[in-house]
Amino acid sequence: MDRFSWSTGGPLYGEKEILKQSSVRIYDGDEKTSYDDGSLILTTHQIIWRDSSDFQICISVPLCLVVFCEKQSGGIGRSAKLSVHLQAAQANRTPGPVSRSRYDYVRFSFKNGGESEFHTKLQSAMQTKEWEKTSSQATSSPVSKSSAKTGPIRASGIVGIERKIEENRRVTDKNISVAFQDLTKLMEKAKEMVSLSSNIANKIKDKKGDITDDETVKFKSYLLSLGIPNPVTKETHGSGTHYHMQLAHEIASLLKQPLEENAGIMLLSDAYCRINRARGMELLSPEDLLNACRMLDNLKLHMKLREFETGVLVLQLDSHSDEKVISQTTELVDDSKSLSAQELANLVSVSVLLAKERLLLAERAGKLCRDDSDEGLRFYPNLFAQPMR
Amino acid sequence: MRRRGVGASAVTKKKLESARYKERGTELAAQQLEQLSSQLETFHTNLEEFAAKHKNEIRKDPQFRHQFQQMCASIGVDPLASGKGFWSEMLGVGDFYYELGVQAVEICIATRSQNGGILTMDELHKRLMKTRGRYGQDITQEDIRTAIKKLKVLGTGFALLGSASKQIIQSVPGELNMDHTAILDLAQQTNGKVSASQVQSALLWSPERTQQVLEHLTREGMAWADDQAKDKQRLYWFPALFNSDRKLKS
Repeated sequence: MDRFSWSTGGPLYGEKEILKQSSVRIYDGDEKTSYDDGSLILTTHQIIWRDSSDFQICISVPLCLVVFCEKQSGGIGRSAKLSVHLQAAQANRTPGPVSRSRYDYVRFSFKNGGESEFHTKLQSAMQTKEWEKTSSQATSSPVSKSSAKTGPIRASGIVGIERKIEENRRVTDKNISVAFQDLTKLMEKAKEMVSLSSNIANKIKDKKGDITDDETVKFKSYLLSLGIPNPVTKETHGSGTHYHMQLAHEIASLLKQPLEENAGIMLLSDAYCRINRARGMELLSPEDLLNACRMLDNLKLHMKLREFETGVLVLQLDSHSDEKVISQTTELVDDSKSLSAQELANLVSVSVLLAKERLLLAERAGKLCRDDSDEGLRFYPNLFAQPMR
Repeated sequence: MRRRGVGASAVTKKKLESARYKERGTELAAQQLEQLSSQLETFHTNLEEFAAKHKNEIRKDPQFRHQFQQMCASIGVDPLASGKGFWSEMLGVGDFYYELGVQAVEICIATRSQNGGILTMDELHKRLMKTRGRYGQDITQEDIRTAIKKLKVLGTGFALLGSASKQIIQSVPGELNMDHTAILDLAQQTNGKVSASQVQSALLWSPERTQQVLEHLTREGMAWADDQAKDKQRLYWFPALFNSDRKLKS
């Protein structure tokens, strides 16, 4: 109660009235006071109480002192109350009705109800912090600075210890709420921050070329930027076949382009990294990825899982299906009369092993013939299968 | 009104002025860059801290999660920084090892152009510690091994090779390895044979990478090992090139 100051009730600079509720009594902590019937006014800057019979009696407390407020529901013969916890008063406080109080909070008792609305409005006013925006100009305000320093409470004896414990609890409470507030604050301003972060990064890129020299960080940034807004999760799609089917769709749409850029083939471990980076914090297990990839072929998603004899698993685009590979390889061999695995590898820029595999595939299809000598394996067009000219 | 300067002294003066402006301009630009870098740093620290501390809250809100990821992408922060925790430690479950797996693969892909998909365990460990940032828990090489084992179902393309003392991580299997072509190209210029040291100096490869590729080529029958060279260095011969070799001589 010692935080209250005498007031004229006139508006401060930039102040607006938000809500007014009549028949409110003030308690100093748990004790009744003589301020038993008045109207309570919430403005953007302060809480004002004005006696209903004598308008001269008017007291106020600035909102910047409010730490938090909580509702206490009423009962039979008891009206609902609102506890408002306050910071220690400032040294330059203009005088008020009470010079010293042992409570750090006041309670408003709402005889006519309306405490809920008051509570919500008060909380939103505390979040908007309208007074901070105008306090620099508000010379008539009793509050000169919004960031009031909590003065040390000097006390001794049991009361002092109690007060200290209470103080500690309050500080802890506040710390928790502030810690949470930070995330909520970040969430509120997320959009702003997203554009700010990309702004900064872009400006640095303009000036320096890139935000970092570390190739891993660059690659990470790139992968993360391909983020999926709503990744398929077990929470949204269950854990059965349906889940894996949806995952398969997600994988196909995300990896189509990188696959095309990578000659239509990608290691499953690479795919695992890419898909999880795009999903962000919703990680996918290797098993789920494997199960989803097994469905790609059946779902006709233009790619499929392929296993080499060595146990290497890859995702492969359908444009690299066997028939196409055979006809392409045969054509190349036709063009150059004969090819070894290495020469084909150079021509189509795939690994030697894959090139050899392609040649063997074409051979099995009867399109090519081999010449296996100590100089290595070469393949020629299969003239036997061609009609005589 | 001021009289406009004429003559040689005016020209010198003007030149001096423009030089000063230029100097001031670069100074300002440098200052701005410094400010931007410090802003980036602040962002970096905060995002790392939030990713480590508020992971679950961030995950709960899809819209915010996406926004958080966008921020991480711009700044280059790794959003994955789970602690190992009790369950991961005891049973090896939870996100910790999956995260480590994703990060390990990412490092391998990012450095592939330099090392051809061969990375030593020490190097990977060092890079992982860096990527996980200040708020991430320290990781051991044993953690990395566990994480890589979890990737086993994804095939043998990503594998841990070698003994415990000197392990290497191979992220490009023979099927996708373009290094063979590079060695064959080199051998074509050196009469169909190469030694390991030749490859290392000509292609600037690490000893691990060279060894992997040459051994693989030998296993596949594309190269023949020759231990009878004069300087005791093993030579690798490529029979596929004998023909062109002979053609060169004739």
